[in-house]
Amino acid sequence: MTRIRFQQSLEDLKENLLVMAGLAEQAIQRAIEAYRVRDLSICDLVSRSELAINRMERDIDQAALDLLAMEQPMAVDLRFILSVIKINADLERVGDAAKNISERVRHMENMGAVDLPVDIPRMASLAEDMVRKSLQAFIEADAEMARTVLTMDEAVDQMNRTAYKSLTKVMEEQGHLAPQALNALMICRALERVGDHATNIAEDVIFWVQGDDVRHPKAVAKLQAAAEKAAAPAPAQK
Amino acid sequence: MGVGIEVTNLNAWYGSNHTLQDINLNIPANHATALIGPSGCGKSTFVRCLNRMHETNPIARVTGSVRMGDIDIYEDVKPVEIRRRVGMVFQRPNPFPTMSIYDNVAAGLKLNGYTNHKSLDEIVEKSLKNSALWEEVKDDLKKKSGASLSGGQQQRLCIARALAVDPEVLLMDEPASALDPVSTSKIEDLIFQLKSQYTIVIVTHNMQQAARVAEKTGFFLNGRMVEFDSTHKIFTNPSDKRTEDYITGRFG
Repeated sequence: MTRIRFQQSLEDLKENLLVMAGLAEQAIQRAIEAYRVRDLSICDLVSRSELAINRMERDIDQAALDLLAMEQPMAVDLRFILSVIKINADLERVGDAAKNISERVRHMENMGAVDLPVDIPRMASLAEDMVRKSLQAFIEADAEMARTVLTMDEAVDQMNRTAYKSLTKVMEEQGHLAPQALNALMICRALERVGDHATNIAEDVIFWVQGDDVRHPKAVAKLQAAAEKAAAPAPAQK
Repeated sequence: MGVGIEVTNLNAWYGSNHTLQDINLNIPANHATALIGPSGCGKSTFVRCLNRMHETNPIARVTGSVRMGDIDIYEDVKPVEIRRRVGMVFQRPNPFPTMSIYDNVAAGLKLNGYTNHKSLDEIVEKSLKNSALWEEVKDDLKKKSGASLSGGQQQRLCIARALAVDPEVLLMDEPASALDPVSTSKIEDLIFQLKSQYTIVIVTHNMQQAARVAEKTGFFLNGRMVEFDSTHKIFTNPSDKRTEDYITGRFG
């Protein structure tokens, strides 16, 4: 009983998710390229990619649902399908983020080029790197590689916080640059979200491969500490 | 109430065939424990060792210890006494075909010399209620034979028969594999209700069924217990590669 048809369906599901991942990665790259060179034709490509990504999201969810209903998967197969469903949603949101960035670029079209105190291409490069690495971990079923992605998120978050401070300062001190600064801030926010989605993908890879739920470590630690404190015997009264 | 079962170094043979090898496990009281594994892996032999049915075969042999509560079933009591304390339900319902529904349920008690008719009536009613069959048969208790019932009803009748002697443990060897989905669902609901009163051990080939009804699951392979853990762990993230291969269908 090797369930050849089922195993083939799992392979197909993985392949389709990787096609979608390729589209999402490309959409982010294009959106940043559109920002860098202020090219609206690239923004059009991003919009078209987003439509394709949305269509694939529905197809992949349907295929995963069919497998859950028809094959009643267990253990690693069950974890794989659940992870695919969640990664699917994260990739769709990466596509949304790319579209949001390209819309900001459209807004900036008629604004003069100004030198803002934020390095968006560098932040984008880091966020893209996280997405690439999380997907590579998915391709290779490599939980250790996925764990390295989790450590990268703080750098992107920090860049976003720094951008927030410096760009709000620009808005306060140079009011005429506020529209450009606001658009740049929204792009940073979108990139920070891309980093979060890459983190989610990495967490799902770890769950699939090792069965460990590594989400929200700080909240879990806090709850555990509270539970231990509640369970500890009360100090003896003198 | 159910009792816990502590199995230590259990080995079983059919002739020279060593069918169970060094089985050690603790089955918790008042829980449902599922045993899964491919055909011929030893899981049915194992449950037959829990009520000393294995040794009824002249070429069969058992060593090791099985403690139920305070007693070692191979040391402290006779097989007949064990079968009163340990009820068993088989794959195919096996009501006594010529007996009425009432007599089917009362058979074990009568066999043990029970003659108090008033309390016999009460026990039969209680057993049929506990096996979720009472409402369907209460008007025909002495009119219809056990064989006149549907397959699912017959299986619940056999469960009522097992419950009538007030056992502590209920062994079920693929109790729903010959039943349709509706009857299967009734048996599973029944297991859910009965485990508060009895310790239930169920052998099943249906892994979804094991996942639905049992808190603990053991995986047998080639006469050995490969893994015994919470059902949640076994079906989401088993520790042993062989368990994972089996439950995901990559086995063989």
